[in-house]
Amino acid sequence: MIEFRSVGKTYPDGTIAVADFSLIAPSGRTTVLVGSSGCGKTTLLRMVNRMVSPTSGSVWIDDLDVATTDPVALRRRIGYVMQNAGLLPHRKVIDNIATVPRLTGVSKAAAHVRALELMDLVGLDRAMAGRYPGQLSGGQQQRVGVARGLAADPNILLMDEPFGAVDPIVRAELQQELLRLQRELHKTILFITHDISEALLLGDQIVILRRGADIAQAGSGLEIIARPADEFVAEFVGLGGERQLDIRRVGDVEIVLDGSGRPLGQVSARS
Amino acid sequence: MTWVLANLGLIAERSWSHLGLAVPAIVAAFALSVPIGWFAQRFRWSRAAVLSLAGLLYAIPSLPLFILLPTVIGTSVRDRLNVIAALTLYGVALMVRSVADALDAVGQEVVGAATALGYPAWRRFLGVELPLAGPILLAGLRVVAVSTISLVTVSALLGVSSLGMLFTDGFQRGIIAEVITGIVATVVLALAVDGLLVLGGQILMPWTRRTR
Ligand SMILES: Nc1ncnc2c1ncn2[C@@H]1O[C@H](COP(=O)(O)OP(=O)(O)OP(=O)(O)O)[C@@H](O)[C@H]1O
Ligand SMILES: [Mg+2]
Repeated sequence: MIEFRSVGKTYPDGTIAVADFSLIAPSGRTTVLVGSSGCGKTTLLRMVNRMVSPTSGSVWIDDLDVATTDPVALRRRIGYVMQNAGLLPHRKVIDNIATVPRLTGVSKAAAHVRALELMDLVGLDRAMAGRYPGQLSGGQQQRVGVARGLAADPNILLMDEPFGAVDPIVRAELQQELLRLQRELHKTILFITHDISEALLLGDQIVILRRGADIAQAGSGLEIIARPADEFVAEFVGLGGERQLDIRRVGDVEIVLDGSGRPLGQVSARS
Repeated sequence: MTWVLANLGLIAERSWSHLGLAVPAIVAAFALSVPIGWFAQRFRWSRAAVLSLAGLLYAIPSLPLFILLPTVIGTSVRDRLNVIAALTLYGVALMVRSVADALDAVGQEVVGAATALGYPAWRRFLGVELPLAGPILLAGLRVVAVSTISLVTVSALLGVSSLGMLFTDGFQRGIIAEVITGIVATVVLALAVDGLLVLGGQILMPWTRRTR
Protein backbone atom coordinates (compact mmCIF):
# COMPACT_ATOMS: atom_id res chain seq x y z
CA MET A 1 0.00 0.00 0.00
CA ILE A 2 1.18 3.51 -0.83
CA GLU A 3 -0.26 6.35 1.20
CA PHE A 4 0.08 10.06 0.55
CA ARG A 5 -0.62 12.03 3.72
CA SER A 6 -1.34 15.67 2.95
CA VAL A 7 1.71 16.02 0.74
CA GLY A 8 2.60 19.32 -0.87
CA LYS A 9 5.40 20.37 -3.15
CA THR A 10 6.47 23.90 -3.91
CA TYR A 11 9.52 24.01 -6.18
CA PRO A 12 12.30 26.46 -5.32
CA ASP A 13 11.12 28.83 -8.06
CA GLY A 14 7.76 29.15 -6.29
CA THR A 15 5.73 26.80 -8.53
CA ILE A 16 3.13 25.01 -6.45
CA ALA A 17 3.10 21.62 -8.19
CA VAL A 18 1.14 19.86 -5.45
CA ALA A 19 -0.98 21.83 -2.99
CA ASP A 20 -2.38 19.30 -0.52
CA PHE A 21 -2.81 15.73 -1.68
CA SER A 22 -3.95 12.65 0.23
CA LEU A 23 -4.58 9.22 -1.26
CA ILE A 24 -4.25 5.53 -0.57
CA ALA A 25 -3.13 3.27 -3.41
CA PRO A 26 -4.14 -0.21 -2.24
CA SER A 27 -1.79 -3.19 -2.49
CA GLY A 28 -2.01 -5.39 -5.54
CA ARG A 29 -4.16 -2.88 -7.41
CA THR A 30 -3.61 -0.40 -10.19
CA THR A 31 -4.21 3.22 -9.27
CA VAL A 32 -4.23 5.60 -12.21
CA LEU A 33 -3.52 9.30 -11.82
CA VAL A 34 -5.00 11.17 -14.72
CA GLY A 35 -5.01 14.86 -15.47
CA SER A 36 -3.86 17.42 -17.97
CA SER A 37 -0.26 18.42 -18.49
CA GLY A 38 1.44 20.18 -15.58
CA CYS A 39 -1.12 19.20 -12.95
CA GLY A 40 1.55 17.57 -10.77
CA LYS A 41 1.33 13.86 -11.65
CA THR A 42 5.03 13.25 -12.15
CA THR A 43 5.83 15.22 -9.02
CA LEU A 44 3.51 12.93 -7.00
CA LEU A 45 4.99 9.78 -8.50
CA ARG A 46 8.56 10.87 -7.84
CA MET A 47 7.74 11.50 -4.19
CA VAL A 48 7.25 7.76 -3.76
CA ASN A 49 10.85 6.87 -4.65
CA ARG A 50 12.27 10.08 -3.19
CA MET A 51 13.32 11.58 -6.49
CA VAL A 52 11.33 14.56 -5.19
CA SER A 53 10.96 15.34 -1.51
CA PRO A 54 7.64 16.85 -0.47
CA THR A 55 7.77 20.30 1.12
CA SER A 56 4.93 19.23 3.42
CA GLY A 57 3.26 15.99 4.43
CA SER A 58 4.65 12.48 4.06
CA VAL A 59 4.51 9.42 1.85
CA TRP A 60 4.17 5.98 3.39
CA ILE A 61 4.76 2.52 2.00
CA ASP A 62 2.86 0.15 4.25
CA ASP A 63 3.93 1.37 7.69
CA LEU A 64 7.18 2.97 6.58
CA ASP A 65 7.62 6.71 6.09
CA VAL A 66 9.77 6.87 2.94
CA ALA A 67 11.54 9.97 4.26
CA THR A 68 13.20 7.75 6.85
CA THR A 69 14.53 5.24 4.32
CA ASP A 70 17.82 5.17 2.44
CA PRO A 71 16.89 6.58 -0.99
CA VAL A 72 19.19 4.30 -2.97
CA ALA A 73 17.88 1.14 -1.31
CA LEU A 74 14.31 2.42 -1.64
CA ARG A 75 14.68 3.03 -5.38
CA ARG A 76 16.08 -0.44 -5.93
CA ARG A 77 12.99 -2.02 -4.50
CA ILE A 78 10.53 0.11 -6.47
CA GLY A 79 10.13 -0.48 -10.19
CA TYR A 80 10.05 2.71 -12.22
CA VAL A 81 9.00 2.85 -15.86
CA MET A 82 9.46 6.18 -17.57
CA GLN A 83 8.01 7.89 -20.58
CA ASN A 84 10.38 7.25 -23.51
CA ALA A 85 11.53 4.20 -21.53
CA GLY A 86 14.55 6.05 -20.06
CA LEU A 87 16.88 3.23 -21.08
CA LEU A 88 20.64 3.53 -20.71
CA PRO A 89 21.75 3.98 -24.33
CA HIS A 90 25.23 2.52 -23.77
CA ARG A 91 24.05 -0.80 -22.39
CA LYS A 92 22.62 -3.73 -24.28
CA VAL A 93 18.96 -4.63 -23.83
CA ILE A 94 19.83 -7.54 -21.56
CA ASP A 95 22.08 -5.36 -19.38
CA ASN A 96 19.46 -2.64 -19.20
CA ILE A 97 16.96 -5.16 -17.89
CA ALA A 98 19.51 -6.60 -15.48
CA THR A 99 20.52 -3.18 -14.11
CA VAL A 100 18.88 -3.29 -10.69
CA PRO A 101 19.75 -6.92 -9.87
CA ARG A 102 23.36 -6.16 -10.83
CA LEU A 103 23.34 -3.07 -8.58
CA THR A 104 22.16 -5.19 -5.69
CA GLY A 105 24.97 -7.68 -6.21
CA VAL A 106 23.29 -10.51 -8.14
CA SER A 107 25.86 -12.30 -10.30
CA LYS A 108 25.93 -11.40 -13.97
CA ALA A 109 24.99 -14.92 -15.05
CA ALA A 110 21.96 -15.10 -12.74
CA ALA A 111 20.84 -11.58 -13.68
CA HIS A 112 21.05 -12.44 -17.36
CA VAL A 113 19.02 -15.62 -16.95
CA ARG A 114 16.34 -13.60 -15.19
CA ALA A 115 16.51 -10.85 -17.82
CA LEU A 116 15.85 -13.37 -20.59
CA GLU A 117 12.83 -14.73 -18.70
CA LEU A 118 11.53 -11.18 -18.33
CA MET A 119 11.95 -10.64 -22.06
CA ASP A 120 9.64 -13.59 -22.61
CA LEU A 121 7.23 -12.22 -20.04
CA VAL A 122 6.88 -8.82 -21.71
CA GLY A 123 6.78 -10.30 -25.20
CA LEU A 124 10.25 -9.39 -26.46
CA ASP A 125 12.12 -11.70 -28.79
CA ARG A 126 15.24 -13.02 -27.04
CA ALA A 127 17.16 -12.19 -30.19
CA MET A 128 16.95 -8.53 -29.13
CA ALA A 129 19.03 -9.19 -26.01
CA GLY A 130 22.30 -8.13 -27.60
CA ARG A 131 21.00 -4.95 -29.19
CA TYR A 132 21.44 -1.43 -27.95
CA PRO A 133 18.31 0.63 -27.17
CA GLY A 134 18.96 2.86 -30.19
CA GLN A 135 18.44 -0.20 -32.38
CA LEU A 136 14.88 -0.86 -31.11
CA SER A 137 11.51 0.58 -32.07
CA GLY A 138 9.67 2.78 -29.59
CA GLY A 139 7.32 -0.05 -28.62
CA GLN A 140 10.19 -2.47 -28.07
CA GLN A 141 11.97 0.10 -25.92
CA GLN A 142 8.86 0.44 -23.77
CA ARG A 143 8.76 -3.31 -23.29
CA VAL A 144 12.39 -3.23 -22.20
CA GLY A 145 11.45 -0.43 -19.80
CA VAL A 146 8.67 -2.55 -18.30
CA ALA A 147 10.94 -5.61 -18.06
CA ARG A 148 13.58 -3.53 -16.32
CA GLY A 149 10.99 -2.20 -13.88
CA LEU A 150 10.06 -5.77 -12.99
CA ALA A 151 13.60 -7.18 -12.81
CA ALA A 152 14.12 -6.93 -9.05
CA ASP A 153 10.60 -8.28 -8.50
CA PRO A 154 9.46 -5.13 -6.69
CA ASN A 155 6.09 -4.97 -4.97
CA ILE A 156 5.56 -1.48 -6.27
CA LEU A 157 5.66 -0.32 -9.87
CA LEU A 158 5.61 3.37 -10.74
CA MET A 159 4.70 4.02 -14.36
CA ASP A 160 4.92 7.56 -15.72
CA GLU A 161 3.07 7.71 -19.03
CA PRO A 162 4.87 4.55 -20.08
CA PHE A 163 2.95 4.20 -23.32
CA GLY A 164 2.67 7.88 -24.18
CA ALA A 165 5.25 7.89 -26.95
CA VAL A 166 4.10 4.95 -29.08
CA ASP A 167 1.49 4.77 -31.82
CA PRO A 168 -2.12 3.82 -30.91
CA ILE A 169 -1.88 0.22 -32.14
CA VAL A 170 1.29 -0.55 -30.20
CA ARG A 171 -0.16 1.28 -27.21
CA ALA A 172 -3.26 -0.93 -27.26
CA GLU A 173 -0.99 -3.98 -27.41
CA LEU A 174 1.14 -2.79 -24.49
CA GLN A 175 -1.97 -2.02 -22.44
CA GLN A 176 -3.26 -5.57 -22.97
CA GLU A 177 0.17 -6.95 -21.99
CA LEU A 178 0.10 -4.91 -18.82
CA LEU A 179 -3.40 -6.17 -17.93
CA ARG A 180 -2.22 -9.74 -18.48
CA LEU A 181 0.94 -9.17 -16.40
CA GLN A 182 -1.04 -7.60 -13.60
CA ARG A 183 -3.44 -10.58 -13.50
CA GLU A 184 -0.38 -12.78 -12.91
CA LEU A 185 1.77 -10.56 -10.73
CA HIS A 186 -0.59 -8.43 -8.59
CA LYS A 187 1.80 -5.51 -8.16
CA THR A 188 0.84 -2.27 -6.48
CA ILE A 189 0.90 -0.04 -9.54
CA LEU A 190 0.78 3.73 -9.62
CA PHE A 191 0.19 4.64 -13.25
CA ILE A 192 0.16 8.09 -14.83
CA THR A 193 -1.56 9.04 -18.03
CA HIS A 194 -3.45 11.93 -19.51
CA ASP A 195 -5.55 9.59 -21.62
CA ILE A 196 -8.86 8.88 -19.90
CA SER A 197 -9.50 5.78 -22.04
CA GLU A 198 -6.23 4.31 -20.82
CA ALA A 199 -7.21 5.16 -17.25
CA LEU A 200 -10.62 3.46 -17.62
CA LEU A 201 -8.99 0.39 -19.16
CA LEU A 202 -6.19 -0.12 -16.63
CA GLY A 203 -7.32 1.47 -13.39
CA ASP A 204 -8.90 -0.34 -10.45
CA GLN A 205 -8.90 3.11 -8.90
CA ILE A 206 -8.89 6.26 -11.00
CA VAL A 207 -7.89 9.62 -9.61
CA ILE A 208 -8.78 12.66 -11.70
CA LEU A 209 -6.58 15.63 -10.94
CA ARG A 210 -6.88 19.34 -11.45
CA ARG A 211 -3.96 21.81 -11.41
CA GLY A 212 -1.93 21.55 -8.20
CA ALA A 213 -2.79 17.83 -7.91
CA ASP A 214 -6.18 18.76 -6.54
CA ILE A 215 -8.36 15.62 -6.61
CA ALA A 216 -11.49 16.26 -8.65
CA GLN A 217 -12.73 12.71 -8.14
CA ALA A 218 -11.34 9.34 -7.08
CA GLY A 219 -13.11 6.04 -7.56
CA SER A 220 -13.56 3.09 -9.88
CA GLY A 221 -14.17 3.76 -13.56
CA LEU A 222 -17.74 2.63 -13.07
CA GLU A 223 -18.34 5.12 -10.27
CA ILE A 224 -16.80 7.97 -12.20
CA ILE A 225 -18.77 7.32 -15.37
CA ALA A 226 -21.99 6.68 -13.41
CA ARG A 227 -21.67 9.65 -11.09
CA PRO A 228 -19.14 12.26 -12.18
CA ALA A 229 -18.52 14.56 -9.22
CA ASP A 230 -18.88 17.77 -11.18
CA GLU A 231 -18.81 19.49 -14.57
CA PHE A 232 -15.03 19.31 -14.74
CA VAL A 233 -15.00 15.53 -14.31
CA ALA A 234 -17.93 15.02 -16.67
CA GLU A 235 -16.18 17.00 -19.34
CA PHE A 236 -12.80 15.41 -18.65
CA VAL A 237 -14.11 11.87 -19.09
CA GLY A 238 -16.04 12.89 -22.22
CA LEU A 239 -19.59 12.80 -20.89
CA GLY A 240 -21.56 15.29 -22.95
CA GLY A 241 -19.14 14.46 -25.79
CA GLU A 242 -17.76 11.24 -27.24
CA ARG A 243 -18.64 9.17 -24.20
CA GLN A 244 -22.24 10.39 -24.06
CA LEU A 245 -23.92 7.35 -25.57
CA ASP A 246 -27.47 6.75 -26.69
CA ILE A 247 -29.46 3.56 -26.89
CA ARG A 248 -31.93 3.30 -29.73
CA ARG A 249 -34.34 0.49 -30.44
CA VAL A 250 -34.33 -0.78 -34.02
CA GLY A 251 -36.98 -3.48 -34.39
CA ASP A 252 -36.25 -5.98 -31.62
CA VAL A 253 -32.58 -5.01 -31.01
CA GLU A 254 -31.10 -2.14 -29.08
CA ILE A 255 -28.09 -0.39 -30.56
CA VAL A 256 -25.66 2.03 -28.95
CA LEU A 257 -24.83 5.35 -30.59
CA ASP A 258 -21.92 7.63 -29.67
CA GLY A 259 -22.15 11.36 -28.97
CA SER A 260 -22.31 12.26 -32.66
CA GLY A 261 -24.88 9.58 -33.50
CA ARG A 262 -22.52 7.00 -34.99
CA PRO A 263 -23.60 3.40 -34.26
CA LEU A 264 -21.09 1.67 -31.96
CA GLY A 265 -22.70 -1.75 -31.47
CA GLN A 266 -25.58 -3.79 -30.14
CA VAL A 267 -26.64 -4.24 -26.55
CA SER A 268 -26.43 -7.93 -25.72
CA ALA A 269 -29.72 -9.57 -24.93
CA ARG A 270 -30.27 -10.03 -21.22
CA SER A 271 -32.46 -12.84 -20.00
CA MET B 1 65.67 9.19 -48.94
CA THR B 2 69.13 7.73 -48.67
CA TRP B 3 69.52 9.58 -45.37
CA VAL B 4 66.35 7.95 -44.09
CA LEU B 5 67.43 4.46 -45.14
CA ALA B 6 70.84 4.94 -43.61
CA ASN B 7 69.38 6.13 -40.31
CA LEU B 8 66.34 3.90 -39.75
CA GLY B 9 67.68 2.81 -36.40
CA LEU B 10 68.06 6.39 -35.22
CA ILE B 11 64.56 7.33 -36.42
CA ALA B 12 63.03 4.37 -34.62
CA GLU B 13 64.90 5.20 -31.43
CA ARG B 14 63.87 8.87 -31.58
CA SER B 15 60.24 7.90 -32.29
CA TRP B 16 60.28 5.59 -29.32
CA SER B 17 61.62 8.31 -26.99
CA HIS B 18 59.07 10.69 -28.47
CA LEU B 19 56.23 8.35 -27.55
CA GLY B 20 57.81 7.80 -24.16
CA LEU B 21 57.32 11.50 -23.46
CA ALA B 22 53.97 12.03 -25.16
CA VAL B 23 51.99 8.99 -24.00
CA PRO B 24 52.50 9.39 -20.24
CA ALA B 25 51.67 13.10 -20.59
CA ILE B 26 48.46 12.35 -22.53
CA VAL B 27 47.39 9.72 -20.00
CA ALA B 28 48.19 11.94 -17.04
CA ALA B 29 46.41 14.93 -18.59
CA PHE B 30 43.28 12.84 -19.09
CA ALA B 31 43.40 11.36 -15.60
CA LEU B 32 43.79 14.82 -14.01
CA SER B 33 41.22 16.53 -16.21
CA VAL B 34 38.38 14.16 -15.40
CA PRO B 35 38.11 15.09 -11.71
CA ILE B 36 38.81 18.79 -12.39
CA GLY B 37 36.26 18.92 -15.21
CA TRP B 38 33.78 17.01 -13.05
CA PHE B 39 34.23 19.57 -10.28
CA ALA B 40 33.69 22.50 -12.66
CA GLN B 41 30.59 20.89 -14.15
CA ARG B 42 29.14 19.77 -10.85
CA PHE B 43 29.62 22.96 -8.89
CA ARG B 44 28.37 25.62 -11.24
CA TRP B 45 29.75 28.48 -9.17
CA SER B 46 33.27 27.22 -9.82
CA ARG B 47 32.84 26.57 -13.50
CA ALA B 48 33.90 29.90 -15.01
CA ALA B 49 36.90 30.23 -12.69
CA VAL B 50 38.15 26.66 -13.10
CA LEU B 51 37.81 26.66 -16.86
CA SER B 52 39.51 30.05 -17.29
CA LEU B 53 42.32 29.07 -14.97
CA ALA B 54 42.89 25.81 -16.82
CA GLY B 55 42.75 27.61 -20.14
CA LEU B 56 45.33 30.14 -18.94
CA LEU B 57 47.88 27.35 -18.48
CA TYR B 58 47.98 27.13 -22.23
CA ALA B 59 49.13 30.74 -22.44
CA ILE B 60 52.42 29.96 -20.68
CA PRO B 61 55.15 29.86 -23.34
CA SER B 62 56.57 26.37 -23.53
CA LEU B 63 60.31 26.99 -23.43
CA PRO B 64 60.24 29.07 -20.21
CA LEU B 65 57.92 26.48 -18.68
CA PHE B 66 60.36 23.68 -19.45
CA ILE B 67 63.08 25.72 -17.75
CA LEU B 68 61.06 27.02 -14.78
CA LEU B 69 59.18 23.84 -13.90
CA PRO B 70 62.24 22.08 -12.42
CA THR B 71 62.46 24.76 -9.73
CA VAL B 72 58.89 23.84 -8.72
CA ILE B 73 59.00 20.06 -8.96
CA GLY B 74 62.68 19.58 -8.16
CA THR B 75 63.82 17.75 -11.29
CA SER B 76 66.61 18.83 -13.61
CA VAL B 77 65.84 20.65 -16.85
CA ARG B 78 66.94 17.67 -18.94
CA ASP B 79 64.94 15.19 -16.90
CA ARG B 80 62.29 13.43 -18.98
CA LEU B 81 59.89 13.80 -16.05
CA ASN B 82 60.21 17.55 -16.35
CA VAL B 83 59.14 17.41 -19.98
CA ILE B 84 56.28 15.05 -19.19
CA ALA B 85 55.04 17.33 -16.39
CA ALA B 86 55.05 20.38 -18.64
CA LEU B 87 53.24 18.55 -21.43
CA THR B 88 50.69 17.30 -18.89
CA LEU B 89 49.92 20.87 -17.90
CA TYR B 90 49.22 21.81 -21.51
CA GLY B 91 47.08 18.71 -21.91
CA VAL B 92 45.07 19.61 -18.81
CA ALA B 93 44.60 23.13 -20.19
CA LEU B 94 42.92 21.70 -23.28
CA MET B 95 41.13 18.77 -21.70
CA VAL B 96 39.37 20.25 -18.67
CA ARG B 97 36.92 22.20 -20.79
CA SER B 98 36.21 19.11 -22.90
CA VAL B 99 35.40 17.12 -19.78
CA ALA B 100 32.99 19.78 -18.50
CA ASP B 101 31.35 20.10 -21.92
CA ALA B 102 31.13 16.33 -22.34
CA LEU B 103 29.43 15.92 -18.96
CA ASP B 104 27.07 18.78 -19.80
CA ALA B 105 26.03 16.93 -22.92
CA VAL B 106 24.87 13.82 -21.05
CA GLY B 107 21.07 13.98 -21.06
CA GLN B 108 19.44 14.89 -17.76
CA GLU B 109 16.79 12.31 -18.53
CA VAL B 110 19.29 9.44 -18.57
CA VAL B 111 20.96 10.66 -15.39
CA GLY B 112 17.53 10.89 -13.74
CA ALA B 113 16.69 7.40 -14.97
CA ALA B 114 19.89 6.00 -13.48
CA THR B 115 19.15 7.71 -10.17
CA ALA B 116 15.62 6.32 -10.15
CA LEU B 117 16.99 2.81 -10.72
CA GLY B 118 19.03 3.13 -7.54
CA TYR B 119 22.51 4.07 -8.74
CA PRO B 120 24.52 5.68 -5.96
CA ALA B 121 26.10 8.95 -7.14
CA TRP B 122 29.67 7.69 -7.66
CA ARG B 123 28.57 4.57 -9.48
CA ARG B 124 26.29 6.60 -11.67
CA PHE B 125 29.20 8.86 -12.56
CA LEU B 126 31.53 6.00 -13.49
CA GLY B 127 28.91 3.70 -14.98
CA VAL B 128 26.60 6.11 -16.77
CA GLU B 129 27.76 9.71 -17.04
CA LEU B 130 31.39 9.08 -17.95
CA PRO B 131 30.72 6.48 -20.66
CA LEU B 132 27.93 8.58 -22.15
CA ALA B 133 30.27 11.58 -22.16
CA GLY B 134 32.70 9.33 -24.08
CA PRO B 135 32.29 10.64 -27.61
CA ILE B 136 32.97 14.26 -26.62
CA LEU B 137 35.76 13.19 -24.24
CA LEU B 138 37.33 11.30 -27.11
CA ALA B 139 37.12 14.33 -29.40
CA GLY B 140 38.92 16.37 -26.72
CA LEU B 141 41.48 13.65 -26.11
CA ARG B 142 42.34 13.48 -29.80
CA VAL B 143 43.17 17.19 -29.82
CA VAL B 144 45.28 16.75 -26.69
CA ALA B 145 47.10 13.76 -28.18
CA VAL B 146 47.98 15.47 -31.44
CA SER B 147 48.98 18.72 -29.79
CA THR B 148 51.11 16.91 -27.20
CA ILE B 149 52.94 14.90 -29.84
CA SER B 150 53.75 18.06 -31.73
CA LEU B 151 54.75 19.95 -28.57
CA VAL B 152 57.20 17.24 -27.53
CA THR B 153 59.54 18.40 -30.27
CA VAL B 154 60.25 21.66 -28.39
CA SER B 155 62.01 19.66 -25.69
CA ALA B 156 64.77 18.86 -28.19
CA LEU B 157 66.05 22.39 -27.55
CA LEU B 158 66.79 21.26 -23.98
CA GLY B 159 68.62 18.21 -25.27
CA VAL B 160 65.93 15.66 -24.41
CA SER B 161 65.68 12.90 -27.00
CA SER B 162 62.67 12.93 -29.32
CA LEU B 163 61.92 13.31 -33.02
CA GLY B 164 62.51 17.02 -32.43
CA MET B 165 66.23 16.23 -32.22
CA LEU B 166 66.15 15.35 -35.88
CA PHE B 167 65.37 19.01 -36.69
CA THR B 168 67.83 20.51 -34.21
CA ASP B 169 70.55 18.18 -35.34
CA GLY B 170 69.61 18.58 -39.01
CA PHE B 171 69.73 22.36 -38.73
CA GLN B 172 73.07 22.40 -36.98
CA ARG B 173 74.66 20.04 -39.46
CA GLY B 174 72.80 21.37 -42.51
CA ILE B 175 71.14 18.04 -43.37
CA ILE B 176 67.83 19.06 -44.92
CA ALA B 177 66.69 15.43 -45.28
CA GLU B 178 67.02 14.98 -41.53
CA VAL B 179 64.93 18.09 -40.82
CA ILE B 180 62.18 16.94 -43.20
CA THR B 181 62.28 13.44 -41.78
CA GLY B 182 61.74 14.88 -38.30
CA ILE B 183 58.67 16.80 -39.45
CA VAL B 184 57.17 13.94 -41.41
CA ALA B 185 57.82 11.38 -38.67
CA THR B 186 56.15 13.64 -36.09
CA VAL B 187 53.07 14.02 -38.27
CA VAL B 188 52.96 10.26 -38.95
CA LEU B 189 53.25 9.53 -35.24
CA ALA B 190 50.43 11.98 -34.47
CA LEU B 191 48.21 10.41 -37.11
CA ALA B 192 48.96 6.90 -35.86
CA VAL B 193 48.11 7.76 -32.26
CA ASP B 194 44.98 9.57 -33.41
CA GLY B 195 43.95 6.51 -35.41
CA LEU B 196 44.50 4.28 -32.40
CA LEU B 197 42.32 6.57 -30.28
CA VAL B 198 39.51 6.42 -32.82
CA LEU B 199 39.79 2.65 -32.96
CA GLY B 200 39.89 2.42 -29.17
CA GLY B 201 36.78 4.60 -29.02
CA GLN B 202 34.91 2.25 -31.32
CA ILE B 203 35.87 -0.75 -29.24
CA LEU B 204 35.04 0.90 -25.91
CA MET B 205 31.85 2.61 -27.13
CA PRO B 206 30.16 0.01 -29.31
CA TRP B 207 26.75 1.66 -28.88
CA THR B 208 27.93 4.65 -30.93
CA ARG B 209 28.33 2.38 -33.95
CA ARG B 210 24.93 2.21 -35.61
CA THR B 211 24.41 -1.25 -36.94
CA ARG B 212 20.85 -1.11 -38.13
N1 LIG C 1 12.17 20.90 -11.08
C1 LIG C 1 11.15 21.77 -11.20
N2 LIG C 1 11.32 23.07 -10.89
C2 LIG C 1 10.30 23.94 -11.01
N3 LIG C 1 9.08 23.63 -11.40
C3 LIG C 1 8.84 22.35 -11.72
C4 LIG C 1 9.86 21.35 -11.65
N4 LIG C 1 9.32 20.16 -12.03
C5 LIG C 1 8.04 20.42 -12.34
N5 LIG C 1 7.74 21.73 -12.14
C6 LIG C 1 6.42 22.36 -12.34
O1 LIG C 1 5.51 21.74 -11.48
C7 LIG C 1 4.25 21.55 -12.14
C8 LIG C 1 3.87 20.09 -12.13
O2 LIG C 1 4.84 19.38 -12.88
P1 LIG C 1 4.72 17.81 -13.14
O3 LIG C 1 5.90 17.41 -13.93
O4 LIG C 1 4.48 17.11 -11.87
O5 LIG C 1 3.41 17.75 -14.05
P2 LIG C 1 2.76 16.51 -14.82
O6 LIG C 1 1.35 16.42 -14.34
O7 LIG C 1 3.59 15.31 -14.70
O8 LIG C 1 2.75 17.05 -16.31
P3 LIG C 1 2.93 16.23 -17.69
O9 LIG C 1 1.63 15.53 -17.95
O10 LIG C 1 3.18 17.32 -18.69
O11 LIG C 1 4.09 15.32 -17.52
C9 LIG C 1 4.41 22.14 -13.53
O12 LIG C 1 3.89 23.44 -13.50
C10 LIG C 1 5.89 22.16 -13.74
O13 LIG C 1 6.26 23.22 -14.58
MG1 LIG D 1 4.76 14.22 -16.09
